[in-house]
Amino acid sequence: MPKDGGIGASTKRREDVRFLTGKGRYTDDINIRGQLYAHFIRSQVAHGTIRKIDTRDAEAMPGVVKVFTSADFTGVGGIPTGWQVTSRDGQPMLEPKHPVLAEGKVRHVGDPIAVVVAETLEQARDAAEAVEIDIDELPAVMDMKAAIQGGPLVHDEIGSNLCYDWGFVEENKAAVDEAFRNAAHVTTLELVNNRLVANPMEPRVAVGDYEDHSGQHTLYTTSQNPHVIRLLMGAFVLSIPEHKLRVVAPDVGGGFGSKIYHYAEEAFVTKAAQILKRPVKWTSSRSEAFMSDAQGRDHVTRVELALDADHNFTALRCETYANMGAYLSTFAPCIPTWLHGTLLAGNYKTPLVYTNVKAVFTNTVPVDAYRGAGRPEATFQLERVIDKAARELGVSPVELRRKNFIQPDQFPYQTPVAVVYDTGNYQATLDKLLELSDHAGFEARAAESKARGKLRGFGLAHYIEACGIAPSNLVGQLGARAGLYESATVRVNATGSITVFTGSHSHGQGHETTFAQVISEMIGIDASQVEIVHGDTSNTPMGMGTYGSRSLAVGGSAMVKATNKIINKAKKIAAHLMEASEADIELKDGKFTVAGTDKEKSWVDITLAAYVPHNYPLESMEPGLEETAFYDPSNFTYPAGAYGCEVEVDPETGKVTICSFTAADDFGNVVNPMIVEGQVHGGLAQGIGQAMLENCVFDENGQLLSGSFMDYAMPRADDVPFYSVDHSCATPCTHNPLGVKGCGEAGAIGSPPAVVNAVIDALHRGGFTHVTHIDMPVSPSRVWQAMQG
Amino acid sequence: MQMSDTREIAAPTDIVWRAILDAEVLRACIPGCESLSGSVEEGYQAVVKQKVGPVSATFTGVVQLSDIVEGRSLRISGEGKGGVAGFAKGGADMVLEPTEGGTRLSYTVDASVGGKIAQLGSRIIDGFARKLADEFFTRFQEAVEGPEQEPPTEAEAAAEAPKKGWFKRMIGG
Repeated sequence: MPKDGGIGASTKRREDVRFLTGKGRYTDDINIRGQLYAHFIRSQVAHGTIRKIDTRDAEAMPGVVKVFTSADFTGVGGIPTGWQVTSRDGQPMLEPKHPVLAEGKVRHVGDPIAVVVAETLEQARDAAEAVEIDIDELPAVMDMKAAIQGGPLVHDEIGSNLCYDWGFVEENKAAVDEAFRNAAHVTTLELVNNRLVANPMEPRVAVGDYEDHSGQHTLYTTSQNPHVIRLLMGAFVLSIPEHKLRVVAPDVGGGFGSKIYHYAEEAFVTKAAQILKRPVKWTSSRSEAFMSDAQGRDHVTRVELALDADHNFTALRCETYANMGAYLSTFAPCIPTWLHGTLLAGNYKTPLVYTNVKAVFTNTVPVDAYRGAGRPEATFQLERVIDKAARELGVSPVELRRKNFIQPDQFPYQTPVAVVYDTGNYQATLDKLLELSDHAGFEARAAESKARGKLRGFGLAHYIEACGIAPSNLVGQLGARAGLYESATVRVNATGSITVFTGSHSHGQGHETTFAQVISEMIGIDASQVEIVHGDTSNTPMGMGTYGSRSLAVGGSAMVKATNKIINKAKKIAAHLMEASEADIELKDGKFTVAGTDKEKSWVDITLAAYVPHNYPLESMEPGLEETAFYDPSNFTYPAGAYGCEVEVDPETGKVTICSFTAADDFGNVVNPMIVEGQVHGGLAQGIGQAMLENCVFDENGQLLSGSFMDYAMPRADDVPFYSVDHSCATPCTHNPLGVKGCGEAGAIGSPPAVVNAVIDALHRGGFTHVTHIDMPVSPSRVWQAMQG
Repeated sequence: MQMSDTREIAAPTDIVWRAILDAEVLRACIPGCESLSGSVEEGYQAVVKQKVGPVSATFTGVVQLSDIVEGRSLRISGEGKGGVAGFAKGGADMVLEPTEGGTRLSYTVDASVGGKIAQLGSRIIDGFARKLADEFFTRFQEAVEGPEQEPPTEAEAAAEAPKKGWFKRMIGG
């Protein structure tokens, strides 16, 4: 049993004390004296030409300070894109301008056109009614295939709706085609990965502040990565040098990817505060969030699996249309490419993989990373086509997978899709899953369901993800316009307590607890002596923030590196104080000892000596005990697992009920099992939400039909089962000091195909063998219609 | 949203035709119409108040008659802006045919909405448009011929129904 507070302890989350007692300090809790309120006027049509914007009446209304339009942002750069993808023909992707406020045209429902800034929010809203906007509606382009076959242009100036046409691995294309020609069996599946709205509990908020006498800008914002916002907005949008721009992301109530990106509202409040010389605040309503937060998924895919006569996978071939929406969100181009194509080997030794991805502009809300980001799309098509192949071949989906697994002795394993898996054991997670889910008892449960007139089915899905992004030199070659290291400053205070400034950001992950556990373990002091500070560019080192399940693997590693520097220096001080050789100094449980002697100095003796250096080797060492480290990973981490879902389908109504869900994950080493379990639970709820309920729908004119919680179905407590979650099949990561892999997205990645596979299994067992696929969400009407043929 | 229907109106085709072209009839038949001014040739300016699901709004916009084939068919269309509530637009293609008992009015209605109404009320918009169209043509039929013999439904009674058959009487039909 690990000691309370160190690595491996299920320490309760210290941040929950403030969250659960209403003491969290979120961006909307920040109110600055003299603050004005911004209300955005957004397009009601999906596509149109702006003929006229008349702000005169609105500006004469009570409390109105100014009404902004794109004319006020003529000298301002567009919202930049952080990743450039290269097409098959060697050309860079098309990168249309993304103005802060719409210029000339509106391109999706929710596109910001003008902003009223007033003394109160009510005054701003009232005045918005008086802004006269004349827009000539243009035909909207909604369907991706129609969009690149002569549909109306979303961006006239780039001449095409095809952002890029990416092939991967392009050199393998001919070999893949050849493998398909020689295949004993080919299984083909066409599917849609439904568009999702992230819906974090806290909507986005931005407060801009400006100090005229110093030229200092401050932006408080709901961000997962304040340093990235400072860099993007400062350097590319508003031309503010970094030392004059402070970005603060205080407590943030969930992000799931949607708060990674730099948004127009952030640039707006920052610039408006400078122009008006008063703080400006914007708080998104839930309705605005539905049409202005970057959305997720929205892929249309055709996937083909080739097998030989012995049922070995010989090749995988995929074609995907990926919806970018109307503008390129910050990391949108890399999601369907480098976070998607590189995962198509899955847990399998398929020797050849080729995928073609066409990214398309449409008159919809921009799409970017959402929990899992590309990896759920890869996992869904792979795990669905394997299941279909098993059915076509009349073999067990469990055994077909097992037969094709990469074997435990094959690691490190070079996949045909560039990445090298360091560790894994897919047989072990499968065996654990079958054990935990009592697979042996499934037939008895199915018979019992049948006796009640219900169809029971079991669905299996294996997933792998590439987390801990990422080696900077590698992603640089792949088009990233940023490094993806992480940073930490470990400041040991004179009396021994420690303040860690991390470049990571916590918006629900529990870093304040887990990071302290790591330090506690390394030094042997109580975790309560360690404080974790994050979210403010003015006191944390340049860091890339939190997404892609990277914080512990990359940010934690930076902190370990910095702490090792601290320990090394502390040992030198201890050696001096105890007149011993540095090589003989040992640190254990917060005490420094000299090997083979009874000499001992406490942690506090050393830290005090560092700051009160009366007896100190000043000629060879600086006083103080503070170290910064940057950690750039040498590889991705590869969490993987086996997920099993049992469902009951009511054949009368098509309603699907999830009876049980089991997750056997390999996250490598685990710092806080309780937090890991919570992360998996949350991911599963979102994955099951995608599979069963959630769907973002626009009509043919581009109107957002699922624009509120009345029409966009979020999973509720009674929609999800009690989960059975295990992470005992750990194969530690070999290339980061903690041996950790990341757990934040796994649940959302592995669960959708497990649910759909279970539904198809149930229908087949009920005799509905013509049903080979149902697109998500598997709503009663879709299941029922599929049953009718 | 698209829907089609026909109605048998107990009045000669020329009376029905004149009623369609009458601004006062139009004002009385458009549900929630608070004002209507203008002419067939220039189009009408209209103010219409409606509540769609959780969103209530006053729409200001234009109503136009087009594709006029004298005495036979036309299209009536409108487009209204409801400020923050969004916008609505739609129209009806109408065809008149003489029958033994009077006139058969066939119509095809199309309607679409945008903005907040679409975002919040999409589930109910089809039923809502159907109800509005039905109300419009019921009122129109009543204006021309008077109500059918059975007692008025609740919806009709609740509506600020004009006098029965008033248009027909007014023009001495």
